[in-house]
Order: sequence, then structure tokens, then C-alpha cells
Amino acid sequence: MSTRFGFLKEVFASLRKDPLGMTGLVIVVLVLLASVFASQLAPHDPLDVDVHNRLQSPSWQHWLGTDQLGRDVLSRVLLGGRVALKVALVAISVSLSAGLLLGMMAGFGPAWLDRLLVTCFDTLRSFPTIMFALAIVALTGPSLNTVIGVIIITSIPVYARIVRTQTQALRDQDYILAERAMGASTARILGHHVLPNIAAPLLILASMDVPAVVAMEAGLSFLGLGVSPPTPSWGSILNDGYSYLRNSPWPIIAGGIPLILVTLGFTFFGESLRDILDPKLRGKGEAS
Amino acid sequence: MLRFITRRASLSLLILFLAVSLLFAMIHMMPGDPASVILGPKASPELKAELNQRMGLDQPMLAQLGRFYADLARGDLGVDVFSDREVADIVFEQLPYTLVLVLAAIGGATLLGIPLGCFSAIRRNSLLDRITAVMSVAFIAIPSFVVALYLLLWLAVKWRWFPAMGAGASGDIADQARHLVLPAIALGLGWVGYIARLVRASMLEVMEENHIRTARAFGLPERSIIVHYALRIAILPTVTILGLGIGSMLSGALFAEIVFSRPGIGKLLHEAVITRNYPVVMGSVLVTTSFFVLSTLVADVVNAALDPRLRDSRRSS
Repeated sequence: MSTRFGFLKEVFASLRKDPLGMTGLVIVVLVLLASVFASQLAPHDPLDVDVHNRLQSPSWQHWLGTDQLGRDVLSRVLLGGRVALKVALVAISVSLSAGLLLGMMAGFGPAWLDRLLVTCFDTLRSFPTIMFALAIVALTGPSLNTVIGVIIITSIPVYARIVRTQTQALRDQDYILAERAMGASTARILGHHVLPNIAAPLLILASMDVPAVVAMEAGLSFLGLGVSPPTPSWGSILNDGYSYLRNSPWPIIAGGIPLILVTLGFTFFGESLRDILDPKLRGKGEAS
Repeated sequence: MLRFITRRASLSLLILFLAVSLLFAMIHMMPGDPASVILGPKASPELKAELNQRMGLDQPMLAQLGRFYADLARGDLGVDVFSDREVADIVFEQLPYTLVLVLAAIGGATLLGIPLGCFSAIRRNSLLDRITAVMSVAFIAIPSFVVALYLLLWLAVKWRWFPAMGAGASGDIADQARHLVLPAIALGLGWVGYIARLVRASMLEVMEENHIRTARAFGLPERSIIVHYALRIAILPTVTILGLGIGSMLSGALFAEIVFSRPGIGKLLHEAVITRNYPVVMGSVLVTTSFFVLSTLVADVVNAALDPRLRDSRRSS
């Protein structure tokens, strides 16, 4: 265990030399805390309608003003963070696991399986993500589970592709061949030798995916295709604000800032982490 | 090279075929029938049956898929459930708006991103380089619809520098250009950062190479070395990325189109999704996906033309 803590200490020491990465980490931690304790922190009930005080500017009572139904925007923003992080956590962990499994199957399995899986990955990746999401939502109707499902389906090929490439590179290494010669099972080779080697870069990629996933959920909720109405999400707060843009700018300002903070925080933190842990991955990030 | 193109193009076609079939199958395997979704739960059975027949939904799925491809081969994307117009007409009517927006966005991003990346590489670790580095990461990360909303809020609604809605009066180029500015910024901002990073990285690589050293040894002025020798090579990766950029922007344009109430494929699709207008959903997804696959194909081919090593890798990853 001591070596593991030593490693974390080392990472943290490098992170302290990178102000941007440190800022990112602070933002990430703050957002996580704010989401976990959202119900305790929220000054009002985020669903409490108060039509007499609708579309108010920030005041001591409502720090970020109120929306078109008089609901407290700050409380909605806090609770919205929970939705965003829940989607990110569920979608990324499921697609990461599935991508890991399928990618290793493609990279280690027979050639026909590899070709079949790669064609499947490429087919799924050939849809522009947002178009795919809209098509699915058109079929199933808007819901948070649909959003999570869409993100999982479109992310699996990305992870699987990377896992496959890495697995292929490892497959022909001497120590894997030696292990095979000694009669180790495929499961043992994959679990004990391949997995530990690809886990680190994959986790970094996953952490760098958080902004994209959060943006996707917010985007779909903004289009009215994500969370169902009373539930607050940063996207739905923006959607409400968009309809009443000319009456009050506050819901839009308040709904956008957490999105900007979270995407920047995770990106800066992820980039910094990547530079520290795996300089080889530099430049792999993609614009959306 | 020709073999590479044929192989790569047929792969693209296969993928497109699979993608479209998948989409088609999904539409038809979903629980609940489209007719009652479109007509509402209280529609009479006769009305539903009529709609099902009109949309060809009463036939087995494979027959429907076959008919769909037969129609597609003739350029027929089906008929809009509500307006009875040809889906192909509707989609291609909206496509130019999106294309103009995408070209404006990618053009602006290139014009800004290349000099930014170039300067950052030359003045490495300078203040400008650091600011560019932070800004490009920030621009890539921030969701484009948030940028669009803030632009709308400040530049259009509050300060009234630019129009907030629509695509401008037809025939009035200046008005259309003014309507194009904010959506194009919202769509292209992320790509400014992306291109700047890319150009910076490849510039740094190129500046280390022998022919640059030779040019320096010949005493050429630094400016001429940078513009004529280094940048010319360093922007090649960017050129190939532009293909991908155009493809992904075609769908990314959706947010800018909705926020600025601008006609286009994205807005069309969004409206079709809200009203469950399946033929229009299918048609617009089909067209954008084709563009997406096509632009990836073009990018790959250009890439291979520039770098012969890529042509031979049978199992490129």
C-alpha cells in the first residue's frame, strides 16, 4: 500500500507545480462536494413554485434569482449538478467496461471476430453523436435513461478502439508469449497482464471524457430531450432561460456558468493528469 | 493509390449501409407503433391503419427495408407525414443554410487558428503562447450551445450589435452575413483552439527539421523561412483535419441553428424529433451521416495522398 500512496503523493506533487491542473482539481472537488451535498446546500426547494416572485434578479433571498415559475435558480443549479455527474458516472463506467471487454476481444481474439467487431464499432461511430441521439430520442421519447443509453452506445466504440490497439501492441510482447507458452489461459493473460497495462491511459481518457458527457446531457436537456420537466438539469435551466431571455438574463447566466466551470475544470485537470502520467497520449484529445 | 481509394470508399459505403439499416431497424423495432405516436392515443383504428399503409408500416420489415433502399436509389426519401411534401425536397432546401454556416465557421476558425498556432510555435513559452494554450483548451471544452447562448444574450439581445434570429432577408447578402456572424462564432470557436494546437505542434516539429536548418544556413530571412518553408508543411495535418471538421460541424450546427432560430438541417431535425415526424428524421439523419462518412473518407484519402505509409496499412487503427 505504501508504494501506492507514494505514487499518489508524486502525482500530487507534480500537480502542484501546474497551476492550471490544480485549479481544475479544485473546481472538480468543489463541484463534486456541491453535488453530493446539494440537498443540504440548496437554500430553497428547487421545485417550489412561487409565481408572485417569477424572473427575479439576484437578491439576498435568491442569490441567482428566480426562473419563470419563481423557483430558486441557485437550488436548481445545485441539484442540476447531481444529474450531470450521475449521467457522467453511469455512462462512462458502463461504456468503459463494455469497451474494455469488446476491445480486448477484438485485439486478442481470432481475426474474423476482430473484423466483425471493428466494422460494428465503425458503423456506430459513423453517426454524428448528436444526430444519433436525436434519432433515438425521437423513437423512445425524452428521458434521462435514453440520454445515458445514447452516450453509452456512442462511447463504447471509442474506448473499444483504443483498447483494441493497445491490446494488439501488447499481444506480441515477449512476456505475453512466454506466459502463453507456459499454458496460461486467455482470461489470465488479459486480466493479469493486458488489463493493468492499458488501465492507466484508459482512465485518463475517461476522466477527459467527463466534459463531453456533461455537455451532451446538458445539450439534450437544453433541446428538451433529456430530463423530464420538473427535474432540474443545467440544460433544462438553460432551456427555461432561453424562452424568457428577453425578460431576465439570469437563468441563462446561472445555468451556463456551472457548465463552463465543470467542462474547464475536468479538462484542465485531465490534461494535467495526462501530462504527468502518460506523456505519450498528448494531442489525442479531439474537438467536438 | 487507386486501390486504396476503392477499398476505403467501399468500406465507407458498407458502413453507411449498415448505419442506415441499423437506424431503419431501430425505428421499426421500437415498442409502440409510430401511427399512434403521430396521431395521438385517441386516434381511430381506421386512421391509424391508413397512416400505417401510407408509410408502408403494414408490411414486414425486410420488405420495408428493401422498398426504402429502392426508393433511396431513385433519390426518394419518402414523404413528410404532415405536409405531404417530398422529404428530399425539404432536406435539400435546408442544407444550403447549414453548409454556409459550417463553411463560415470552419473558414473563420482556420483564419484565426493558423496564425495563432504559428505565433505560439515561434514564440514558444511566451505570454501569447501560454494564453493561446489555455484559451484553446478552454474553447474546445466549453459546449458550443453555451457559447451560442451567451453570444445571443450579450451581443444580440443586450447590446444589439448583431441580429438575434433567422438567416437574413433573401437576396440581401450584407444582411445574411450579419446574421451569420454569431452562429459561426459559436460553432467555430472550439475549432480555433483545436487548429491552433495542431498547427503549433506540427510547426514545432517542422522547425527542427534539416531543410529549415539548411534554409537558415543559407541566410534566408526568418520570416521567409517560416512562411515559405515551415508553415507550408506544418499546415498539412490541419488540412486533413478540416475534412473531419466539416463533417462533425454539420451536426454540431444544430445548436447554433436552434439558439439563433436559423433555418438548417439541425433545426429541421429537431422539429421533426419533437413532432415525431419519422420520415423527416430519417431523411435528415441520413443526409448528415452521409456527409459525415464522406468527409471522413475524403480526409483519409487526402491523408494517404500526403503520407504514403498510410496506404499500405491493411489494418489501420
